[in-house]
Amino acid sequence: MSERKIDDETGVETTGHSWDGIEELNNPLPRWWLWTLYACIVWAMCYTIAYPAWPMISGATQGMLGFSTRGQVAADIVDHEAKNEALVAELVAADLTTLPPSSDLHRYAVARGGSVFRAQCSQCHGSGAAGAVGYPNLLDNDWLWGGDIENISATITHGVRNDTDLDARYSEMPAYGDIFAEEEIEAVVEFVASLSSTEFDTDLAQVGSELFLDNCAACHGDEGLGDQMLGAPNLADAIWLYGGDRDTLAETVTNARFGVMPAWGQRLSDVDVRAVSVYVHALGGGE
Amino acid sequence: MSDRPLYAPQEPIFPRRVSGKFRNLKWVIMAVTLGIYYLTPWIRWDRGPNLPDQAVLVDMASRRFYFFWIEIWPHEFYFVAGLLIMAGLGLFLFTSALGRVWCGYTCPQTVWTDLFILVERWIEGDRNARVRLYRGKWDVRKWRLRLTKWFTWLLIAIATGGAWVFYFTDAPTLLVNLLNFTAHPAAYMTIAALTATTFVFGGFMREQVCIYMCPWPRIQAAMMDPDTITVAYREWRGEERGKKHENKSGDCIDCMACVNVCPMGIDIRDGQQMECITCALCIDACDDVMDKIGKPRGLIDYIALSDEPAERAGEPPAPLLKKILRPRTIIYTAIWSAIGLALLYALFVRSDIELTVSPVRNPTYVLQPDGAVRNIYDVRLRNKAGDDRVFHISLTSDEILRIELEGRGGQRNLVVPADTTILQRVYVTARPQDPASSTDTTALRLWVEDVDADIRASQSTTFNGRVQ
Ligand code: SF4
Ligand code: SF4
Repeated sequence: MSERKIDDETGVETTGHSWDGIEELNNPLPRWWLWTLYACIVWAMCYTIAYPAWPMISGATQGMLGFSTRGQVAADIVDHEAKNEALVAELVAADLTTLPPSSDLHRYAVARGGSVFRAQCSQCHGSGAAGAVGYPNLLDNDWLWGGDIENISATITHGVRNDTDLDARYSEMPAYGDIFAEEEIEAVVEFVASLSSTEFDTDLAQVGSELFLDNCAACHGDEGLGDQMLGAPNLADAIWLYGGDRDTLAETVTNARFGVMPAWGQRLSDVDVRAVSVYVHALGGGE
Repeated sequence: MSDRPLYAPQEPIFPRRVSGKFRNLKWVIMAVTLGIYYLTPWIRWDRGPNLPDQAVLVDMASRRFYFFWIEIWPHEFYFVAGLLIMAGLGLFLFTSALGRVWCGYTCPQTVWTDLFILVERWIEGDRNARVRLYRGKWDVRKWRLRLTKWFTWLLIAIATGGAWVFYFTDAPTLLVNLLNFTAHPAAYMTIAALTATTFVFGGFMREQVCIYMCPWPRIQAAMMDPDTITVAYREWRGEERGKKHENKSGDCIDCMACVNVCPMGIDIRDGQQMECITCALCIDACDDVMDKIGKPRGLIDYIALSDEPAERAGEPPAPLLKKILRPRTIIYTAIWSAIGLALLYALFVRSDIELTVSPVRNPTYVLQPDGAVRNIYDVRLRNKAGDDRVFHISLTSDEILRIELEGRGGQRNLVVPADTTILQRVYVTARPQDPASSTDTTALRLWVEDVDADIRASQSTTFNGRVQ
């Protein structure tokens, strides 16, 4: 700056900036103000050395203190696990059948089970557990293998129709396409439909009734009420896993169905299996 | 490059003692505001056995705010937001009417600085003595006076930081804990931080906080206009200033009293300045001088700039009320009272029990084996009273619907403990033959009723049927 402009009025040098004809005086700053600024600069430099700061081509500088948010989360998780240790031990030891729904342990199990469910089970059963075609709805009180906490737990632990667990739930309906003639299938379907519907062909159902009693009643019962010991669905209620219209029923009778569920006992910890059992039981249909 | 220094050392200001009506007003306001601040946490208020008995308490742990008979829950935070808006508008209102009165009389920075200056004056004497001491050598006397002053400031600062934490937990318990070092570290840290800021801001930085750190002086110019009443020097009456025997005609005798008392270190005779906090101490000082030299008071006075032409012409200024009642102030007052009335209304209509109903939408309904359709609702029940209460849950609807509470085995009464919120799942079912089961949506209302008192609350929601 070669030329110094001096304000006539005050005798103070100006910065040369002017707005609406008002010129800015170049008054010095208070000393403490400047020192605060310098301190902030020093602080910023120390900070970028101590903490991750500068972006590099792959990731940022690490910082001398080795701080990372990832590490902090990991520490938080360890911390939480330590805090929950007592509840976890209690849950592993608890008799789930008598766990009162208002207890802290129950609340913990439902919260923990809920997150397990959303991570592992929601892919098939839906995040709200409403199921889908071929995947049971866990909110109603219709259960293929029983809806009390022990049965739910057993189903989760061992899964359904998988070869990895000898204790897996295993129900096997023959594919009647190999056994029945097409008219026979039609007749059985009409009878099955008659169990839950008011509109059906009486004559055809009569024929189907005899076939049903001879072939199907062993598992599904004389009245088609099913058998949870065998995993045979109740055919007389309003709930159909694959659909209750004539075509879907014919398809089911002809080819049989073979839904599979993994044995979660092999993948999840004991406490997670217990927690998710409690969660599913508490969804609304538990017996 | 300029040869001016990059920084300027702080110019020490030694405000002189002054007495007068504005000074007295400031003493009263100081006593009242400090009194409120220090004593409020110690007021007790009986709320029954389960609730804290502190009249004003911000209970972070259980997320409640108690203010005498009022209890604010987190979901009622709009009360706090409303009060903050009212505080902001109130500041606008006062600034547009009376300039920086907030700064001059009630701002904590001003109040504590005033208190610190009072201590300083007691220990080191008035202006001249303090100037002499400041210039003097660091001998034993100076050390003694300085240390005494700093120690007294520190005590005040500790008391200030200490009082703050009492608002957040039971004060007598905390005091005992603080003294035997078992209080929460957060309490000690808060006290330490507030002690440090009070000590430094009130003792050493003083007017520098107002000039360089506080954003408020920069904003308030936008709220002032020529009708705003502020402290000003009646230049037309004072000039040409000087001693009488020098044959100067103005009333100002250039005694510098107004400059010497100013805590901001400015000369009001230079005109309105950003630094002036309208504390009126210069008015008191000059009035004193005017009394002594037998001139009318008010050479420095609270006046509006718009009065200047009239006053110069020797006419009386416009009446005070007329200047204060302007569209601007009236609008501020109107908005301010509207918010206040709305908050009061909200305060009186809110109920002791509350419920919020959130229908579970994933899935919207569940089909039961017998063909019935069931909807699930998460009902949050809030008992804001100080004792456990039995609530009865029921529903009303034009259609036939059945209600059932999860895990209560047919019971529809439940106990909600004092001062808590509980979550209860509620199942509503329509049998296959009920029309609601096959209607898209059916309106219904969930009721919660205090079995022992005649209080009920309700919320409407919908029932989703199964539509083929
Ligand atoms: S000029 Fe007067 S009113 Fe303004 S800050 Fe100084 S003493 Fe207070
Ligand atoms: S106190 Fe009054 S008379 Fe004295 S210098 Fe200030 S304005 Fe002038």
